[in-house]
Amino acid sequence: MASTVIHAIYTDDDILMNAVKEVKKKHLHINDIFTPFPVHGLDKAMGLAPTRLAITAFLYGCVGITVATLMMNFIMIEDWPQNIGGKPSFSYIENMPAFVPIMFELTVFFAAHLMVITFYLRSRLWPFKKAENPDVRTTDDHFLMEIDATGKDGEELANFLVTTGAVEINLIANEA
Amino acid sequence: MYTLSKNLKLSAIIFMVVGALLFAVDAMFMPSSISDIEAMHAGDDHGTGHEVAEVNDSHGSIATAKGHSEDHAVASHQAEEGHAMSEAEHNQHLLDGYKNKPWSAVYVAAFFFFMISLGCLAFYAVQYAAQAGWSPLLLRVMEAITGYLLPGSIIMLILLALSGFHFNHIFHWMADGITDPTSENYDKLIAGKADWLNVPWLLIRAVIFIAGWNVYRFFAVKFSKEQDEATDNRSHKKSFKLAAAFLVFFLYTESMMSWDWIMSIDPHWFSTLFGWYVLAGMMVCGITTIALITMILKGAGYLQNVNDSHIHDLAKFMFGFSIFWTYLWFSQFMLIWYSNIPEEVTYYIQRIEDYNLPFFGMLIMNFLFPLLILMNSDFKRVNWFVVMAGIVILFGHYVDIFNMVMPGTVGQAWSFGFVELGSLMFFFGLFVLIVFTSLTKRPLEPKRNPLIEESKHFHY
Repeated sequence: MASTVIHAIYTDDDILMNAVKEVKKKHLHINDIFTPFPVHGLDKAMGLAPTRLAITAFLYGCVGITVATLMMNFIMIEDWPQNIGGKPSFSYIENMPAFVPIMFELTVFFAAHLMVITFYLRSRLWPFKKAENPDVRTTDDHFLMEIDATGKDGEELANFLVTTGAVEINLIANEA
Repeated sequence: MYTLSKNLKLSAIIFMVVGALLFAVDAMFMPSSISDIEAMHAGDDHGTGHEVAEVNDSHGSIATAKGHSEDHAVASHQAEEGHAMSEAEHNQHLLDGYKNKPWSAVYVAAFFFFMISLGCLAFYAVQYAAQAGWSPLLLRVMEAITGYLLPGSIIMLILLALSGFHFNHIFHWMADGITDPTSENYDKLIAGKADWLNVPWLLIRAVIFIAGWNVYRFFAVKFSKEQDEATDNRSHKKSFKLAAAFLVFFLYTESMMSWDWIMSIDPHWFSTLFGWYVLAGMMVCGITTIALITMILKGAGYLQNVNDSHIHDLAKFMFGFSIFWTYLWFSQFMLIWYSNIPEEVTYYIQRIEDYNLPFFGMLIMNFLFPLLILMNSDFKRVNWFVVMAGIVILFGHYVDIFNMVMPGTVGQAWSFGFVELGSLMFFFGLFVLIVFTSLTKRPLEPKRNPLIEESKHFHY
């Protein structure tokens, strides 16, 4: 069976926010919303789950500090504990102040880079990726809400969306 | 309007009285003669077998420096030759430490609470200068905390004056004959610094600093009162300009104050980022106290408009400044540890050998604990989490001041006994009494601060 979606286009972010709340009240399913810039509070209005990106960053940071510690402990203390300018290379803790800058930097490095890569993977972004933009105007000054209309009365839905301030309604049928 | 509850007032007074009693009792039983010291060590296997040569604090190095005229060699001389102190010398040395103990305990506690209100004043000025939109609801809390500035700074001035008039021996550079080449107390290093480190000039500077800070505090509060009654924003603008000017004055004077009041306790040692380091600790303590008092007032039903987001912001500042403090602590420590120059490194050798637990323990309280507790954004909105972190941070910074002052004044004779606890309790009671009394003076919400509406609806 072919699924249908409705694209409702808005021209103002405040109107969009109100429309999202109205649509939510009607228990319609919002597939996605395309906006030219971040609209504060949109994720909350849509009921999206909070991101866990910060938690991954913390864990990556823990990995980074572990890598730094193990690396320098092996190189400077275990493998070849040379006397370099009288620094005490007898144990890691005795020479630790010298290692702290590297421990710090690697923590930040791992946390930052792995978090960014996680972000790219989770949001499916890469070079040469085909843009998924349903309407080019949404990158400039239009806001587009995509609503699942499968098995619903398109006419009625369109009328309802007009009352929420949509300036343009498109019914799109996808061949399944 | 806030009304001071009888219970709070009574508790504060009880703290002061109990603190004073503990202090008096312990100070009375301090060893006062060599024989007391010998008696203390008699039953102690530590006593005679004690490795006297290890004595390594600043008085030790000063003793070594007598009649020793190469200007760089004070510390290294001691390290190389081990400076064998006789048993009698060692006991005399410990006795000097014990004599300083009650004075230093008062000094540390007085400075700690004074520093909270000064840090808070600087934060208050930053709020005006930066035209912060989130904080106007908290301005009255800050004004109340800075209410302790005047009494606190006068107490500091009195303590400095008492040291200057030889009531105690906290500041070794104030000792008689220390700049006199014919005296047996002569210390060439200190004599070289005498243009800056002399008692009249120290007291003049202290008066200038204290006057400057208190004048700013006086006018800032005056303008904010006027702004409440005004029909235009002229007072607010005046306050803005004054805050900007004060911050310039403050950064210079705070730095010099930290050399004068803290760094000169170890007069042979110097560090260029010391002023920043003291400043960072000051700011953390000030902000933490703002957060704690805000939560107390909020919990008691005042400050209705303060919400989670304000607490969240304060907790972020606590988190950020704790890390900033650690950054400066580490920068100071690591540079000196790495280069290991004798005249600098004795400062840390003494702290690591004699003050190991407080010295490294404060890193857990001031860095690791707030780092892990306050990292999570949700935790920063949970009041008891912020309170817990705040209490640990405040204790940690008390230990920080303790570590800065005690090694130079009491050396190996340190402990956290009744004199320390008593003076901490006394000043805590005094601080609470003054701060909460000044909270009652004015409505807790500024009436027509231009940014107050933004602050009421602040949401993060």
